Amino acid sequence: MKVFHFTEQPYPDAWDKHEGSLRVVLPNRILDPKIAAERFHRYYDEWRLADELGYDIMVNEHHSTATCMSSTVVVTLSVLARETKRARLLVLGYPIGHRPDPLRVAEELATIDVVSRGRLEMGFVKGVPYEIPVANTNPVFLMERFWEAHDFIIKAMTSHDGPFNWEGEFFNYRHVNIWPRPYQQPHPPVWSTTSSRANARVLGEKGYVIATLGSGYNTRALFDAYREGWASKGRTTPPGPDRFAYLGLVAVAASEDEARRRGELIAGYPRTSAIVAPAFRNPPGFLSVTDNARLLQGKTPPRSYTKDGRVVSMATASVQELTDAAIMFCGTPDQVYAQIADFTAHCGGLGNLLMMGQAGHLSHDDTVDSLTLFAKEVMPRLQAMKQPAPEATAAA
Amino acid sequence: MSGTDGVVTKDIAGVKIEMIERGTGRPLLFLHPGIGIDPAAPVLDRLGAGARLIAPSHPGFGRSELPRAMTTVDDLAYFYLDLMEALDLRDAAVVGVSFGAWIAAEIAVKTTERIGRLVLADALGIKVGDRETRDIADIFAMTEAQFNEHAYADPAAAKRDYAAMAEADLVAIARNRESVARFGWSPYLHDPKLKGRLRRIRVPTLVLWGASDGIVTPAYGEAYAAAIPGARFERIERAGHFPHLEQPEEFARRVRAFALGPGAAP
Repeated sequence: MKVFHFTEQPYPDAWDKHEGSLRVVLPNRILDPKIAAERFHRYYDEWRLADELGYDIMVNEHHSTATCMSSTVVVTLSVLARETKRARLLVLGYPIGHRPDPLRVAEELATIDVVSRGRLEMGFVKGVPYEIPVANTNPVFLMERFWEAHDFIIKAMTSHDGPFNWEGEFFNYRHVNIWPRPYQQPHPPVWSTTSSRANARVLGEKGYVIATLGSGYNTRALFDAYREGWASKGRTTPPGPDRFAYLGLVAVAASEDEARRRGELIAGYPRTSAIVAPAFRNPPGFLSVTDNARLLQGKTPPRSYTKDGRVVSMATASVQELTDAAIMFCGTPDQVYAQIADFTAHCGGLGNLLMMGQAGHLSHDDTVDSLTLFAKEVMPRLQAMKQPAPEATAAA
Repeated sequence: MSGTDGVVTKDIAGVKIEMIERGTGRPLLFLHPGIGIDPAAPVLDRLGAGARLIAPSHPGFGRSELPRAMTTVDDLAYFYLDLMEALDLRDAAVVGVSFGAWIAAEIAVKTTERIGRLVLADALGIKVGDRETRDIADIFAMTEAQFNEHAYADPAAAKRDYAAMAEADLVAIARNRESVARFGWSPYLHDPKLKGRLRRIRVPTLVLWGASDGIVTPAYGEAYAAAIPGARFERIERAGHFPHLEQPEEFARRVRAFALGPGAAP
């Protein structure tokens, strides 16, 4: 199992200064650029430490929000491509359905791949609903735009014989010929996220790495849909654990009490993430017509489950409930290892743990201590852990 | 007639749409707003008295099909040119409300060959102010309660009980909302070219406006009327963005007086 250290690069200094929305409408005068600079440098230092400790690295972006200061993955990736030496650099993700110019995306990512000497993992995501009004791309065509941007970026990265032409529904180019081309051939590995079985199946068909977040003990259903999609394309061997990734919050410490204390701080992420003005939560077209009709009747499908089938709301759950639902792995190194091993068995194999090792108000000292302890006590056991045999979990 | 009477399915240029058809006489093509059209709406019987009322659900709205390639209001305008041709409408009164009035304007700037009178009520579709002024209130940044506050003179009357609705009606509501975004997300509920083209409308035009419209103000309506040669501008009191729903009698009276001639007014 690979373990990626991730932080959203939050600005928690503003979390008590909002009037019902930490996103979209929170005025940026609330951000003190001097504090922001200190925070950015601190997060980069923690990623550099993670690189030294044997972690891989995950970065992301969000927009107009105090939950995540990173508004462009390209800046973080650029800093880390040079500051780190060995870690894989996973962007999860680049919201390409929102971006106006996929040619620019292809150029940026190819350059980062070259500068990092082939360490880029290329995650493309649909993006969250409340950032659609910010980007102002039409939510009704988000997935069509996403896939056209994806097709274009892959084509741009894999074409080496001079310019090609592109006259699509959403993008038009006449002379596409990116310099530099990517370091990894034919292109950096592709990842994506989903919370729907239909999309999980599509990712399986393509053989990309699937990542989920907050799906808890409902994750197996998504991974099985992936396995079905994988098999539907005539592949004779089932997907290995390296095709599966899960984002878990990790609060580890030498004592259980201290781990709980860190867990409370890290839970600041799920507890603030959904603080969004109601009008921006569900733009038209983001969900299907059928799902929206159900919403009108007040039916919202639950997303997270504990192992014994209890529904958990990420926004309000206690640390214990988050842990029961495998949204958080919390405790001493032994406990955290046992929780992750159990969850891996539930998934039928999990090759990539996307570890939110810093969130909310968790301090630099706490983060350094957690990362160091986990790297020493948990990571070697996860790397040595025997994954469930893919054959045993193959789609029926 | 009322209720679901007179609701038919038509195939227009390969697109199956639902359409309300009532009465005989001069054709009156009613183009509904983004919230769709209820066959039981009192305004329809009043408009249909003494006229051949034709009220389709636009492609993508209600239970009408939506071809994947239809993505702009321009596409809808061409669809309605096909419809007027297929039904052989002549000297028709075309009456649109809100999003439907935007479609009506886009039809009329192309050709008024089959149109005798045009009524645009609380129309969307043009850009009036400068680049930092939003002419049309941002309905996609509102909760339903906020929308009702902006859209109705009496917001309390607009409240709907979704729990009591049939599944098919809820699906239609969800489709309507999605289709408004499909056709109008950006540029936001307008076509930057349309204002400059309104001069091409050479049939008598009435611009009707709910005096309490908080989605597009009466001042926006006056600018709309000013861009159409000879157009008249009238307000309807105690009505917001949907005067055909809040003041159906008065709305129908004004439309009939203008579009169907003096004899048509009750």
